[in-house]
Amino acid sequence: MPGTLKDLSRRPSLLTAGHRLCAGCGAPIAIRQLLLAAGTGLVISNATGCVEVGTTIYPQTAWNVSWIHSAFENAAATMSGVETAYRSLKKQGKVRADFRFVALGGDGGTYDIGFQALSGAVERGHRMVYVCYDNGAYMNTGIQRSSATPLGADTTTSPAGTRIPGKPGHRKDLTAIMAAHDVPYVAQASPSHWQDLVAKMEKALAADGPAFLNVLAPCPRGWRHESSETIEVARLAVDTCFWPLYEVAKGAWRLTYRPGKKKPLDEWLKLQGRFAHLFRPGGEAIRQELQAWVDRKWAELVARCA
Amino acid sequence: MGQKVALTGNEAAAFAMRQIDPDVVAAYPITPQTEIVQHFSSFVHDGRVRTEFVTVESEHSAMSACIGSAAAGARTMTATCSQGLALMWEMLYIASAFRLPLVMPVVNRALSGPINIHCDHSDAMGARDSGWIQLYSESAQEVYDNLIQAVRIAEHAQVHLPVMVCQDGFVTSHGLENLEIEPDEAVRAFVGEYRPEYHLLDPERPITMGPLALQNAYFEARRQLAAAMHEAKPVILAVAREFEALTGRSYGFFEAYRMADAELVAVALNSTAGTLKEAVDELRRQGTRAGLLKPRVFRPFPWEEMADALTRPGIRAVAVLDRADTNSTLGGPLFNDVRAALFDAGRRPPVKNYIYGLGGRDVSFAELVSVFGDLRATARDGGTDTPVTYLGVQPRRSGELAAAGTRRR
Repeated sequence: MPGTLKDLSRRPSLLTAGHRLCAGCGAPIAIRQLLLAAGTGLVISNATGCVEVGTTIYPQTAWNVSWIHSAFENAAATMSGVETAYRSLKKQGKVRADFRFVALGGDGGTYDIGFQALSGAVERGHRMVYVCYDNGAYMNTGIQRSSATPLGADTTTSPAGTRIPGKPGHRKDLTAIMAAHDVPYVAQASPSHWQDLVAKMEKALAADGPAFLNVLAPCPRGWRHESSETIEVARLAVDTCFWPLYEVAKGAWRLTYRPGKKKPLDEWLKLQGRFAHLFRPGGEAIRQELQAWVDRKWAELVARCA
Repeated sequence: MGQKVALTGNEAAAFAMRQIDPDVVAAYPITPQTEIVQHFSSFVHDGRVRTEFVTVESEHSAMSACIGSAAAGARTMTATCSQGLALMWEMLYIASAFRLPLVMPVVNRALSGPINIHCDHSDAMGARDSGWIQLYSESAQEVYDNLIQAVRIAEHAQVHLPVMVCQDGFVTSHGLENLEIEPDEAVRAFVGEYRPEYHLLDPERPITMGPLALQNAYFEARRQLAAAMHEAKPVILAVAREFEALTGRSYGFFEAYRMADAELVAVALNSTAGTLKEAVDELRRQGTRAGLLKPRVFRPFPWEEMADALTRPGIRAVAVLDRADTNSTLGGPLFNDVRAALFDAGRRPPVKNYIYGLGGRDVSFAELVSVFGDLRATARDGGTDTPVTYLGVQPRRSGELAAAGTRRR
């Protein structure tokens, strides 16, 4: 179980201050929380993306653990190699220290271009925790839609146009897809619920095999919300059941947090400029469709967790 | 002492990999390389190697996993060809930029399209600028010998570059040959232990690999890679000398076959050099002073040594045979490099290009003999009216232009 906030605050920070990510970016907040659960003796493999670019401009690095980035679509494949090298060298006595392995990617690097490598790596059973920081679009290249982008969201490749008002179609349910790989541990988490997130990371690291965490990471630039409201936006995503907190441990589905009162999705949408066009005339139908989708997915999840 | 055995080129590659016994292999099947992966899988599953084998879901992931593994400090190998090498292309550049000493057999096969599983060199030639050292092999013996030497070249402190060892798909990979193999202990002692200075699994010294390098740093990293290619040249020769002391088999940048007094010279990679040796012998019996220069090292390109060898007084004409095209309208990649190497020579022979054998089109003894007939005419008339000829292509199927080659106006 995670310690108190005071305990966590005493642990060393593995992602240090001085990185170049935007003020209010959800990704480093979530990653720092995750790493508090991990401790040292860690190797991180990072997909190309905001976190990679923002933390390592040569000759500087914000990482106090070993870290590797090679390309966009292969954080999981690269980590397969690192983890296999570790097993080989450990068996031969050439490496004595214990290591654990975390792969990091945004939704573009995980849901889209890196999905094949992720699916392959977990099927092979490499002992690693793959963490997707999901900000719902290609933010590093300038807010293009990904398969994690919600219906109707205004992005630079799904603009709120006069004919097509934002992203057509719903987002991919990647957490459920990863659960279908039948790996030891899969969970969905949010930095607004830090204790839940840290506990899930501890379970993921302790799992005897691959684990997958999908972590919501609000992006003030792409979502167009105040940078001071990141955690509040993340909390509302959970309380509207757009981003339910749950885990699938050895096939057992469990809600780890149930909102006291499921809030209307509009409360979350209206905080974000990417949905502003949906509050103008003609946008209501899309809002209703999005609410209906959230309701259906939530009901399915509750049934699975029953 | 060596022992005589009969192996195919693929078996020879897998046999060398077993003796090298890398810490990690990550590989994916593709015709005609698949046998290497199959044989090696048996070695892993029968406990004959200590290697951890990653059965990746694509060649892109194969090269990505190899990069992760080598960055973690493990001696790492893979194998591929054709579309697999093409899929790795992005990661080839990153492997060399990370200065990771990977070793990879490449079983040369045509690139799609149209899809074709047979031999040509377009796959490896597509990777010629990727920062990988490229060794070419005429026979299963050379596949075996080059792979063992490749480990030492790649891991040398002055080099730290990945190496691909090429052989011809099906022609060499599936042809059974007699070759000499060394005892396991001798190979193990020759390759030694891999102890990298920096790696990801040092608890005392965490490192960041693959940071963003901008305008102030990227160029220097690329320049260092280029410098390592220069450094590789003496290392390749030093490793060859050590290998010769162990095995008695001699290697250099290229093999010069009956070149001492040759007037008409062919230059060709891999198995075609074997047929060319027969052609040279036949022509010599008929009184023609024919010779062959077979490059073993294509990257780094031994341009000075090659220029010396090809501008010796007495050489009257040179034919460069390419089993790949650049689609530039000025011939194949080997031709362009050889020709560029000769540019600064005070006196240089005319150089003609023959593109042959694409997609496994058989190249016959008679066709190769006819190349020397052409060279005789070129030597007599001077110049090269037609610098690029497509050898063995069927005119009616490929159009008159291809049949005529590229004509100088």
